[in-house]
Amino acid sequence: MRRLTPYLLALPSWMWLAIFLVVPMVAMASVSLQTGNAIDGFAMTFSFSNYSDALGRYSTQLVRSLIYGGLATVAMLVIGYPVAYFIAFKGGARKSMYLFLLLLPFFVSFVLRTISWNFLLSDNGILFGTLKGWGLLPDDFHVLATPFAVIAGLTYNFLPFMILPIYVALERVDPRVVEAAQDLYATRAAAFRRVVLPLSLPGVFAGVLMTFVPATADPINAAVLGGRSTTMIGNIIQTEYLTNLDYPTASALSFTLMAVLLVGIFIYARALGTENVLEAAAR
Amino acid sequence: MRGIRAGDRLLHIYTWLIIVWLSSPIAVMILFGFNDKKSKSNTTWQGFTLRWYSELFDISDLTTALWNSLVIALLSTIITVVIGTMLGLALGRHRFRGQGATNFLVFAAISTPELVMGASLLSLFVSGNVPRDGNTIIIAHVLFSLSFVVVTVRARVVTLDPSLEEAARDLGATAWGTFRQVTLPAIMPGVLAGGMLAFALSIDDYVVTSFVNGSTVTFPLWIVGAVKTGIPPQVNVMGTLIFCIGVLIAIGNAVAARRRS
Repeated sequence: MRRLTPYLLALPSWMWLAIFLVVPMVAMASVSLQTGNAIDGFAMTFSFSNYSDALGRYSTQLVRSLIYGGLATVAMLVIGYPVAYFIAFKGGARKSMYLFLLLLPFFVSFVLRTISWNFLLSDNGILFGTLKGWGLLPDDFHVLATPFAVIAGLTYNFLPFMILPIYVALERVDPRVVEAAQDLYATRAAAFRRVVLPLSLPGVFAGVLMTFVPATADPINAAVLGGRSTTMIGNIIQTEYLTNLDYPTASALSFTLMAVLLVGIFIYARALGTENVLEAAAR
Repeated sequence: MRGIRAGDRLLHIYTWLIIVWLSSPIAVMILFGFNDKKSKSNTTWQGFTLRWYSELFDISDLTTALWNSLVIALLSTIITVVIGTMLGLALGRHRFRGQGATNFLVFAAISTPELVMGASLLSLFVSGNVPRDGNTIIIAHVLFSLSFVVVTVRARVVTLDPSLEEAARDLGATAWGTFRQVTLPAIMPGVLAGGMLAFALSIDDYVVTSFVNGSTVTFPLWIVGAVKTGIPPQVNVMGTLIFCIGVLIAIGNAVAARRRS
């Protein structure tokens, strides 16, 4: 009986993950190779034309999503690293207060936050409207529906997911190691570059992983803050699935997106010298 | 020394600026819940009113959506916590065949983009002619929060000294008794943290839900649907109230944790 215990404990989760994660992936793979339409039904034809067709039509949006997601991730890294550094090394007794304040936005729905952000950026809204009223901005100034608005929204929404893993990594760095470097005549900048930065790289890796994938695939920011020229792949997949009912094209696009993201993560892991992607990310 | 201090002060100010930036949409949300708007649009400030607080439940399908969200979050959290804690215990305490594969599966569930998860679930339901409703939403929500509960519980189990459980058994406790009296209280902080995470993920989800909802509407779905016609102030009021309740619970939790230690 005792030897069976772990299997019995794991069984319900195994079944849930197998039926609702593994089987759907197989279902999606099979749908992506079918042809037909929602009214007459779909038939398996093993035609890879869905992939070439979908890519032919939507490569612009796919590339745009990767660029927006990538730029937002870089922005998050640049903006977030100093914050994580400050809290980890200078936060003192107030560390948990800072972390709490960083997590405050998460008590408000993601969608609602993005809409409030739209309020802030809207042409005659509380921020730009006031500035225009004071004559500080030209009347035709606008941010909404530009790539900047979408990238800024992504950066805003996912920033805490970048700061927290970096903070966790920096928090583990023993300050005495830094002191030792300085005792050995390293300048402050050199101590940071040669000691602190390398030790924080696992956090940077986790942060990028936690932000790049969801930011690239996010359909909300583009829908709420963007315009016709900033449509991202997430919006296309949603429309193909839910409005056009073109399941084969939508499945092919979903798989392509996932494959591109996985390849991207793999290249990034290699560039960073992380031997085992899964191991580093699971930590 | 002087340069260092100035640098630190700069970093301090910078951190506060980022915090203000991150919180600014919350301030906007709270503010516009008091906006005495005359026209359909709620994007300019037109005066203070408490009207929307008294007319909070006047939009019946919005109230239904919020209610749906709460029920779905509660049910999916219960399922997730029960089966996720079981797997967390198995992974943290036992060695068994398939452990590596299980860890991989747990990681795969976390790293699959929500969009792909929703799309693949819809593929399954379409292929199997499964009608989409509240049940399919709960299935999906358990799926994407399960791994987070497993990881938090496993982390807690790993730090737990196994000799405590052995001692309980030596003193004649049954397997169930040991679990209820020793193991469960010890891992409770992990279980609670996982449960809160699952609840928060569920009540906030838009992407996965949008694929599997059928005609059932949740709070985030209703808001996105209303973006084009204009968000009514009641949404801001509900957001404000949920925000306040969440913050109060979090602060209460922190105070209780401090008192315990």
